[in-house]
Amino acid sequence: MSLIEVEHLKYRYPATEKLALNDISLTAEAGELIGIVGKNTAGKTTFCQALVGLVPHFYKGAYGGSVRIGGMDVKESGVDETIRKVGIVFQNPFTQVTGSKLTVYEEIAFGLEHLGIARQDMMERIDHALHLLDIEAYKDRAPFDLSGGQMQRMAIASVIAMRPQVIVLDEPTSQLDPQGSEEVFRAIQSLSREGITVILAEHKMEKLAAYADRIALLHEGMLIDYDTPSRVFSRSDLAEYGVEAPIYTRVCQAIGFRMLDMDTYPVTLEEAQAAYEAQHSAISASSQEEQGGRYD
Amino acid sequence: MIKIQDVCFGYNEGQDVLQGLTLEFDQRTTAIIGQNGAGKTTLVKLLKGLLKPTGGDIWVAGVNSKDVTVAQLAGKIGLVFQNPNDQIFKRTVLEEVMFGPLNMKVETAAAKQQALQALEMVGLADQTDVNPHDLGLSEKKLISIASIVAMNTDIIILDEPTIAQDAAGKRRIAQIIEQLSQEGKLVMTILHDMDFVAAHFERTIVMNRGKVVLDDKTREVFSHQDLLREACLDTPYVTQLGKQWGLPETVLTTEELISAMKRPR
Repeated sequence: MSLIEVEHLKYRYPATEKLALNDISLTAEAGELIGIVGKNTAGKTTFCQALVGLVPHFYKGAYGGSVRIGGMDVKESGVDETIRKVGIVFQNPFTQVTGSKLTVYEEIAFGLEHLGIARQDMMERIDHALHLLDIEAYKDRAPFDLSGGQMQRMAIASVIAMRPQVIVLDEPTSQLDPQGSEEVFRAIQSLSREGITVILAEHKMEKLAAYADRIALLHEGMLIDYDTPSRVFSRSDLAEYGVEAPIYTRVCQAIGFRMLDMDTYPVTLEEAQAAYEAQHSAISASSQEEQGGRYD
Repeated sequence: MIKIQDVCFGYNEGQDVLQGLTLEFDQRTTAIIGQNGAGKTTLVKLLKGLLKPTGGDIWVAGVNSKDVTVAQLAGKIGLVFQNPNDQIFKRTVLEEVMFGPLNMKVETAAAKQQALQALEMVGLADQTDVNPHDLGLSEKKLISIASIVAMNTDIIILDEPTIAQDAAGKRRIAQIIEQLSQEGKLVMTILHDMDFVAAHFERTIVMNRGKVVLDDKTREVFSHQDLLREACLDTPYVTQLGKQWGLPETVLTTEELISAMKRPR
């Protein structure tokens, strides 16, 4: 049994006619980092909200198929039960911060207070979350005095402290500067190393290519592909789904630099460099051969 | 079109966010980059007159910003906020976009015309009767751009327009910037997406801790990896790749890199 099991998930928002999610089936294992890509309106946010039960419990609407997290059916359980297993971080940290707490430390305690966690246990969990997201230095600061990157990491920490098995992040770095978004991506990676499954909707393909284990490509509510970044980003029809492969992939595709398997193209700077070196050693080997032929 | 001389500004006394900036802006498309907290948004709010400098002077189209009200400046300079939710408040998309021109005393019919043209430009002409709050963040961002474009100011400042945009949305924003620039307007943009800056802006200004550390043609700016690092920035992915592959020149677009790699060496 996989940790996340989505079977034939279909969903329609109230008062609409089109399916926002159309027959999606996929599974994800513990500790996997899954990237969700697709153009705006492809269904990324709706899918994220279906994983935590906001679809259908909050939005209502028509729902078919099932989402199971660790064997628990999200539709059959309440949101209050679901959030013990799955946490969600919204696109904008401002919508996540409670506004009722004076320090970062207390803000992270908020969810735990509502779960009725014992004080000693709470303190251990908060310290661990602060450490994991590398925000110990700001624990006594006021939440709204933080920078965007720090605030987003605090939002993630407050979800992590609740010890979910799955964390869902909906474009968590769109408001951040390059350094802030790198901080968040590193933090996300350390979560998946701890065995937490990460579901990450994101437009920054270069980052996803570097960090994700698998990529789910959504289009018009349907799951078009679900495979490694190399395979998904090497698809020749990616543009039809309104998605641009990482810059490395686009350039390598145009000049014919392939990976050693010959099926896929590089998706990261390191892979592009390896493909370049392979190409060069092939060229110099063949020119040596030519020269050898001439002198024989 | 804008000149600023020794401008200082601080939100709290004794803590200057901007420390003696001197800059001149012409019609070149201009990107302002820098990490969060570098002073980019503060600078554009000063230009727009929403904040007044604590030291130095700002002239917009020859007028000192200290001598005029925000309302008087509004006819010359438009600013699209980073967060569209700070800007949008009307019940339909059309009303929202007409709000600016109407407040500039444009006749209703003409205001509607200007609004429709602006909505055409951002690709939302078919959404005039929709409640903007029912739309997604990327569309709200386009509405807030349209409502500034509709005011037809000579200077347009965009604060992080590419936030939440997918590939098509980014192409759309690039077209808008190009079209406005061709109309002779000064388009100034705050951005975090270095590859977008490299591909679409003639001039780039790098800010760090309230100071300008680089101000040059975009290609020149992205040739200074060391100085960018100091400002906690990196060169565009495409520039990094060109460098990694040993190209002597600084490439700014995928097209440039591809043709450089196809060139016989």
